[in-house]
Amino acid sequence: MKALVAVKRVIDYNVKIRVKADHTGVETANVKMSMNPFDEIAVEEALRLREAGIVEEVILVSAGIQQCQETIRTGLAMGADRGVLVLTDVELQPLAVAKLLKAVIDKEGAEIVIIGKQAIDDDCNQTGQMLAALLGWPQATFASKITISGTAAEVTREVDGGLETLAFKLPIIVTTDLRLNEPRYASLPNIMKAKKKPIVPMTPEELGVDVTPRLITLKVEEPAKRQGGIKVASVAELVDKLKNEARVI
Amino acid sequence: MPVLVVAEHDNAALKPATLPAVAAAAEIAAKVGSEVHILVAGKDCRGVAEAAARVAGVAKVLLADDAALDHGLAENLAPLVVGLTSSGHSGVFSYSHVLAPATTSGKNLMPRVAALLDVMQISDISAVVSPDTFVRPIYAGNALATVQSKDPIKIITVRGTAFAPAAADGGSAPIETITAPGSAGLSEFVRAELSKSERPELTSARVIISGGRGMQSGDNFHLLEAVADKLGAAVGASRAAVDAGFVPNDYQVGQTGKIVAPELYIAVGISGAIQHLAGMKDSKVIVAINKDDEAPIFQIADYGIVGDLFKIVPELDEELAKK
Repeated sequence: MKALVAVKRVIDYNVKIRVKADHTGVETANVKMSMNPFDEIAVEEALRLREAGIVEEVILVSAGIQQCQETIRTGLAMGADRGVLVLTDVELQPLAVAKLLKAVIDKEGAEIVIIGKQAIDDDCNQTGQMLAALLGWPQATFASKITISGTAAEVTREVDGGLETLAFKLPIIVTTDLRLNEPRYASLPNIMKAKKKPIVPMTPEELGVDVTPRLITLKVEEPAKRQGGIKVASVAELVDKLKNEARVI
Repeated sequence: MPVLVVAEHDNAALKPATLPAVAAAAEIAAKVGSEVHILVAGKDCRGVAEAAARVAGVAKVLLADDAALDHGLAENLAPLVVGLTSSGHSGVFSYSHVLAPATTSGKNLMPRVAALLDVMQISDISAVVSPDTFVRPIYAGNALATVQSKDPIKIITVRGTAFAPAAADGGSAPIETITAPGSAGLSEFVRAELSKSERPELTSARVIISGGRGMQSGDNFHLLEAVADKLGAAVGASRAAVDAGFVPNDYQVGQTGKIVAPELYIAVGISGAIQHLAGMKDSKVIVAINKDDEAPIFQIADYGIVGDLFKIVPELDEELAKK
């Protein structure tokens, strides 16, 4: 079976972001961009399924500007087989991305789709669930363990109170949580090999998807900064301050 | 049109996470001159519906009691919510807004509902500006976006720490029983391994004491537990402590874990990575205990003690026992 993994180009997680002076968004010019960390976990999981003989082919999809090709190359260097790049300059929101992914899946076919649970830029946590809804497939969100045998999948999910295990029939959408796996690094020979792997360009128009944003960002601001406090010399002083100054105990 | 809240519960009790979502819904309802309804969907959950009926500001409780709704599976629950909100005429809705707490269950369910209604969800709102405009944190809370929805119905998840919870008592709403569409046959519950604890839940605790990599081992967390028991506190952890295997992931406070804002947050052996600060920086009072006086956590702490946590935490425990 085929596995499809969606990968998003985001500001690298080590970069301290800056809000633009005109409050229209966050500065992305000359900022290091990387694959969304949750998507790296998704690529890794798909590769492990291929190595286990469950999946034959791993297809990566990214949507956005031309530079998203680099994000796909990163995943190809990890070991994925080929890529699809949906090209558009329009700001893509999760509903639009889910519709694009559905159109690609209708074309390519896939029995398992793995996506990061959220992107670390907009923190939406929507795309996988929306794609599952559009396809009429089940959704295994926030996965920390995936077991597939035949057409049955058992997925353990990270939920607020602990862990929950659900059973599904394929095809299925999985969204990845942090503890699913530790993504591999791309080796130099694989980085070279990845340059020759095919990436097929498509457009929203070709896929018949209207990607017009539904949410308008009116402004982006920095949150109020918290002021640092004082250092205390002893535990007795701390307890006294908490009791008599802050009055929280 | 009324505003609908999807209640968070375990069939036995209404979860406190529901109450800030009710508060956000009430704020919207006040702006549009409407009322708040709560959906309680589960199995054998009439007691939860009765609790929801007592929540202040709730005008009506909808109770859907069905075996297919037992574990809140999104595949079964989403069609129920969609059916409630759609009037049967395309583009005409019977609710103006549907809200759920931004918990793992709300985050799982609501985007599925939104996509079925062909609308964008507004995730994790921290303020209501107007009925169609909301503030939401992005980049792990390092920026705040004000967004306006162009969709005919607003599907929203609510950041619990950003709204003062609605009072759990004072209301007496009628309970209306509704039928559920049954199982979609796509998913099945197998088992849950939930952390058992006598302590309060992290997201609703008044006091939290969290340990980081400085704790050195999971066994050492008993030092924090002793203090937690004296303060009625929940015990949390940084991602570093979770990644090191000291404690389970559901202890995690931070961008990728739980977002908390207690009255008092005590960070022990936590350096203060941006990732962690994103989950706790809205706490009212922050205490940091760390041996490195350059640790970034001290920049946001109200009270800091520099020193060996293995000396300081037992001292704190003794000091609290005294009084």
